[in-house]
Amino acid sequence: MLNELTIAEAARRVRAGETSATDVLRACIDHVKKVDPQVKAFLSYDEADALVQANAIDHQVAARENLERPLLGVPIGIKDVLSVKGHHLNCASKILGNYVAPFDATVIQKLRDAGAIVFGRLNMDEFAMGSSTENSAFFTTRNPWDLERIPGGSSGGSAAAVAADECIATLGSDTGGSIRQPAALCGCVGLKPTYGRVSRYGLVAFASSLDQIGPFTKDIRDAAILLGVISGHDALDSTSIPQVAPDYTKALDGNIKGLKIGLPREYMVGGLDPEVKAAVSAAVENLQKQGAEVVEISLPHTDYAVAVYYIIATAEASANLARFDGIRYGLREDGADPIELYSKTRGAGFGAEVKRRIILGTYVLSSGYYDAFYLRAQKVRTLIRQDFLKAFEQVDAIVTPTTPTAAFKAGEKSDDPLQMYLSDIFTISCNLAGICGLSLPCGFTKAPKLPIGLQLLGKPFGEETILKIAHAYEQATGWHKEKPPIGRI
Amino acid sequence: MAAVEIDVKYVAHLARLGLTPAEEQKLGAQLGQILGYIEKLNELDVSKVEPTAHAVPLVNVTRPDVARPSLSNEDALRNAPSKANGLFLVPKIVE
Repeated sequence: MLNELTIAEAARRVRAGETSATDVLRACIDHVKKVDPQVKAFLSYDEADALVQANAIDHQVAARENLERPLLGVPIGIKDVLSVKGHHLNCASKILGNYVAPFDATVIQKLRDAGAIVFGRLNMDEFAMGSSTENSAFFTTRNPWDLERIPGGSSGGSAAAVAADECIATLGSDTGGSIRQPAALCGCVGLKPTYGRVSRYGLVAFASSLDQIGPFTKDIRDAAILLGVISGHDALDSTSIPQVAPDYTKALDGNIKGLKIGLPREYMVGGLDPEVKAAVSAAVENLQKQGAEVVEISLPHTDYAVAVYYIIATAEASANLARFDGIRYGLREDGADPIELYSKTRGAGFGAEVKRRIILGTYVLSSGYYDAFYLRAQKVRTLIRQDFLKAFEQVDAIVTPTTPTAAFKAGEKSDDPLQMYLSDIFTISCNLAGICGLSLPCGFTKAPKLPIGLQLLGKPFGEETILKIAHAYEQATGWHKEKPPIGRI
Repeated sequence: MAAVEIDVKYVAHLARLGLTPAEEQKLGAQLGQILGYIEKLNELDVSKVEPTAHAVPLVNVTRPDVARPSLSNEDALRNAPSKANGLFLVPKIVE
């Protein structure tokens, strides 16, 4: 089945003329039609547009043009938070109405230049705010391993689509774990690049000091390939680092002998599911067996990360979401004056979680509270960042569980926002510190069988090191080859 | 952790966010609980700590001051909920 291929293998076959880009795409579309009525990863997809792109690639291959492109003929699914010219962009919200993006995000342009087929709009929590896709204004995506459970979030559609082989790979965005957490819960690879590594031009902003775009893939080699394609400096994003991206696949040599990996003692405590703990401990042993040196480290301010995050992220979101006012695009609810128009439009257009965060963010920035909340949170953020920089003087990478538990059931946490926030406890610090992180499969719970994720955190611009370690682990264990039952219907 | 009182109606006005009375009540209770949790940050002495606004700070990012291609008037207005004569239509602002 062509939809089950990796990026590396699909592009190789298209390049060699063993299969066509159109055949790969058709296999994905056929599989979407078969399984997506249950998984519900896609908000929409434009079959005709994707087939036109695939046909263009096939003509280029026939003419032997630009065959070395790394994503040649590979369909890549897109989270509904990235601008694709001529396609709907909703951020899984009602407030954008029938908005059609007038331009391509930089990462989309880079996918096209690399020979990819840009395919579909993937479900998410509204404006990337959530950990389960239950905050989507349209529907909840289901976990391909157990349809009663959530796929994680906010990039739940991106993770589920890869896990269910509906796509070869996808893009998502990560503000506090929105790539790594769903990757862990769905059993695929998800990588959040270092802040500044990937251009955000064309990404709808949630929290501008935290957001990064990153890949979801079926294995580590594909993550290295896709990260290489989307990385690099972009004059259109002033937070983009003027530094050339390396060829990440060169780091995948399987040799982790002598690398020092830190195990933070603050991550192996309270609320951690015993099966998750056992899987992560086994992974650590495997890394040691392969010659890595594992040392216990301390990240003393870990316990404050969730509180800091929910001040900084909501404050930034309250400012960023001010643009959704019913004037230039999207939904409009008329009012007698502009203020009434804004209030009515935003009241009708935003869902409960977005409203909650706008109110919280506005409150912490409001007159008289700024120093007590926002400024204090920014200072504790400094302490969290220093924890990591200090640890990285001692170790090359840090290993932790990605999430405290495997996927939870739909509805289980949706009425308790604080419990939902606390489920992001292991992923949030990475964004606050601006470092890179990835999640890859490291085992399963017994009954029901659900994926468990291993998180590797790296130095700023240390993606090569965490990819190298993850690759060595993946090749030694083979967890990534396990497929969910949904694919075999 | 103590619940914190928050004037949701006032904050919603600042945010230009219309809420129903039921939403105001529910949000007030939930946000009080979240703010109670956030109070744990007061345990730390941050008097000698500098704030972090961006993890990877870049300053004075500029580009040459030259005209570049941009959206046409038609493209810029394509998603407008209400438009006329190449302009966005809004309710009357000045009496």
